[in-house]
Amino acid sequence: MQQILFFFIRNKNFLLFSILFFFAITLTIRSHSYHNTKFMSSANFISGGIYKAKSNFTQYFGLIKENQKLMDENIRLRGILEFYKYDSEPVIQDSSQFFFKYKFISARVINNNYSKTKNLLTIEMGSDQGVRIDMGVITTNGIIGIVNNVSKNYATVQSILNSNSQVNAKLKNSDHFGSLVWDTKEPNVVQLIEVNRTAPVKVGDTILTGGKSTIFPEGLQIGTIQAFELGENDSYNLDIKLFNDMTNLKYVYLIENTRAEEIKILEKEGEDE
Amino acid sequence: MNNSEIIQSFFRFIILVLLQVLLLNHINFLGYINPYLYVLFILVFPLDGNKGLLIFLSFILGLSIDLFGDSGGVHAAASIVIAYARPVILKFSFGVSYEYNMIKINKAPFMELITYIFLMVLVHHLILFSLEIFSFSHVLLLLKSTFFSSIFSIILIYSTLVLFSRKS
Repeated sequence: MQQILFFFIRNKNFLLFSILFFFAITLTIRSHSYHNTKFMSSANFISGGIYKAKSNFTQYFGLIKENQKLMDENIRLRGILEFYKYDSEPVIQDSSQFFFKYKFISARVINNNYSKTKNLLTIEMGSDQGVRIDMGVITTNGIIGIVNNVSKNYATVQSILNSNSQVNAKLKNSDHFGSLVWDTKEPNVVQLIEVNRTAPVKVGDTILTGGKSTIFPEGLQIGTIQAFELGENDSYNLDIKLFNDMTNLKYVYLIENTRAEEIKILEKEGEDE
Repeated sequence: MNNSEIIQSFFRFIILVLLQVLLLNHINFLGYINPYLYVLFILVFPLDGNKGLLIFLSFILGLSIDLFGDSGGVHAAASIVIAYARPVILKFSFGVSYEYNMIKINKAPFMELITYIFLMVLVHHLILFSLEIFSFSHVLLLLKSTFFSSIFSIILIYSTLVLFSRKS
């Protein structure tokens, strides 16, 4: 008994090291899978608060650019409004349904990563403001990512610049779809893989969200084709240059699909049968 | 360790964490190169201090960096490894004089000091990036990140040491 006790005392540093190392590795492995970084995330009270203080200070430096972006968006929206004014086609019905189906929340980005292989953003909006896991996050120029963790006043967003991320996207011209992933190399270039080889692919073509998921509405712009090659399985792998500058995000919109629940239940019932 | 050293370590801890998460994590030089200055805390921890305490503090230090960076436990793991390996690396860099508490890190000869910093930073970054990237298909990215970040960190750590050693 005494021998064992002495053994523990002699090796106490090694034991401490082993226990803590094991704990750290466990946290690491957990962080590599989606949806379970519950208590170790920057959406908590302390780090959220500090990031908010920092963002309060640094947001002034980007105001000119932000204003320009808002101006551009206003111009675009005005253009659409003018179009509907003189257009009495039943298109209007369609658009009102779009707005009814999706609700928007605006939020400020208080922390943004783009240099790692699994990048997350922290935003200043949480469950108290109606943010829920699996809401889509976009800006005027395109998609940003998906909410993956929520606390009372903050939330973290899994960026599309994350090797776990996978978003359904399609070609604007032909509606051929594929999966949007990231090869971790450049922060403004993502990859659209598994596009059918019959698709007419041209450098400079626009890529839109596919609408096959309940997260993003169909037809949001993502980027343009920069390069393409024919990969395995006879499908195209495309390099997509994003419209968004992922390194310079200040304000984003969150999208809530009010019918996500309904769709999910329906799909589940289909599977059960 | 006396009282003034404990207070000094405490403030060093807070300042290094804030500096790291608010400023240095956002440098992204050439897209992905960041210096990790917080390693300095483990480097200059009093040589006669309790080793178990150092391991524990390194864990908390790494965990705080992880908390802000949303990176699971990668910094914590890398930090405790170098905290645990510190006596070996100290002995390798400074020779026997370390065992008799003869050396002061601030006043050590240049070559010995740089060997110490180099080995500690290299081990730390290697573990950090292997865990962060976590895939064998990105070995090149791993080596590239380790190499460039190490250079950046070593220069920054050495400069900080030189800058703050005059006063003492």
